[in-house]
Amino acid sequence: MAALSTIAVMILILFQILREGLPVLNLHFFLNSPKNMGREGGIFSTIIGTFALTGVAILVGAPLGVGTAIFLREYTRESKISRIIRFGTDCLAGVPSIIFGLFGFVFFVIRLNMGWSILSGGLTLAAMILPTIISTSEESIRAIPPSYREVSYSLGGTKWQTITRVILPSALPGIFTGILLSVGRSIGETAAVILTAGSSLVMPTSLVSPIRTMAVHFYILAREGISKDMAYGTGATLILLVLIINMIAQWLIGRYIRHRT
Amino acid sequence: MSQGSKIVIKDFSFYYDSVQALQNIGLDIQPKQIFTVFGPARSGKTTLLKSLNRLTDLIFGTSHTGTILLDGMDIYDPELSLTQLRRRIGIVFDLPIPLPMSIFDNVAYGPKLSGTNRRNRLNEIVEKALRSAVLWEEVKDRLHTSALRLSGGQQQRLCIARILALEPEVLLLDEPCSGLDPISTASIEETLRKLKEEYTIILVPHNIQQASRVADRAGFFLNGELIETGPVFQIFTRPKDKRTEDYVTGKFG
Repeated sequence: MAALSTIAVMILILFQILREGLPVLNLHFFLNSPKNMGREGGIFSTIIGTFALTGVAILVGAPLGVGTAIFLREYTRESKISRIIRFGTDCLAGVPSIIFGLFGFVFFVIRLNMGWSILSGGLTLAAMILPTIISTSEESIRAIPPSYREVSYSLGGTKWQTITRVILPSALPGIFTGILLSVGRSIGETAAVILTAGSSLVMPTSLVSPIRTMAVHFYILAREGISKDMAYGTGATLILLVLIINMIAQWLIGRYIRHRT
Repeated sequence: MSQGSKIVIKDFSFYYDSVQALQNIGLDIQPKQIFTVFGPARSGKTTLLKSLNRLTDLIFGTSHTGTILLDGMDIYDPELSLTQLRRRIGIVFDLPIPLPMSIFDNVAYGPKLSGTNRRNRLNEIVEKALRSAVLWEEVKDRLHTSALRLSGGQQQRLCIARILALEPEVLLLDEPCSGLDPISTASIEETLRKLKEEYTIILVPHNIQQASRVADRAGFFLNGELIETGPVFQIFTRPKDKRTEDYVTGKFG
């Protein structure tokens, strides 16, 4: 019953958004930037904005998160330090996104003088997705049999070689799943993004340009009552994008696992 | 006797935290022989093997006293390269643990770590190692499929091949046939007899029968103590120590 209602809710949301949004979608909608505050034109600049912001968030957050997970699992034993780091990440995971937005605004936008920009927003999102990436990576590294490490060392491997050639390849599907969740969260985030990346409709030209993401665009179009059609079109694009990314990623993970076992 | 010995263990004791696992072991291992270390469970056999290539270093809270010499060189010398040591003294564990990669990559793993990356050279090394481990004929047509799909006996021979690819001087085998069927066991024992011509082998046998089938010399371990050593024939037929006799004749164990 619970499972059924979950699926029912999902189908309802999808159906509603796609029914209203799909008719709006065409090549013109994807490839032209918004005009007249979004009443006309397309959503091209917001697609670019979404990819740029998510890209920065993942490029910064993933290495940091995976690095932290490796440190926690391979370089420290259970100790005060590792418990403090883990407690910190758990707390971070529970912080509402608007608080991240406030922090990003005060720290990146004002203090570091980055202004409303892809960089400020990306770094803020990186901080936000860090706990997810750390905990999924840590979990998948934990699941690797200790004997793999012993084998690698017994064949003359150094610690670093063992991590890069055995641990990370084995943990990759789990790490990838964490990154995927983070991509979804970054693409869909609004509150933190408005406060740190702005909501400019101008095509970005560099990392310090302000941008508007699809999610923010959707929010503003609906909130300000600018255009219901355009809002649903943006929403449908957003949902389809997330679906496509997930499908491609699942396919890649499946192929990778089949190849290794 | 220590003249020409491959490995000399002198007064070696080993501790896990405060638990003593090995007590004042003294042992000479001759080159190109199979020395078998046998005894009941928890008598320190695996600890001895893992001390020899310092895999015990990976366990937190261990300590030791005494010395172990490989060709006269102290293996606990801080100057010594640990990765070099582990290449010279290879180990095969009781359960086959293929890494989750192809058969080829499993065997090439060790050589690649030391920087051998030329495809031709790796092909040669892999083929030679698999032939030495008597596995080549069975896998030569599927070298690039996952090693996890091999049978248990094949996986264990793969683990032996993986070590041989490093051309070690000493092979440590910790119950390499546990969990294997008699046919796989026979083929691994056959492999060991061939390998003896080139390598020094220390074997923790699956059972006493296996020890007597393949080994040249034997040492009986009990509760972390080395009770007696000698030629296999003598240990199994005319042991000097009462405890060895009781174990060999099956009174305990």
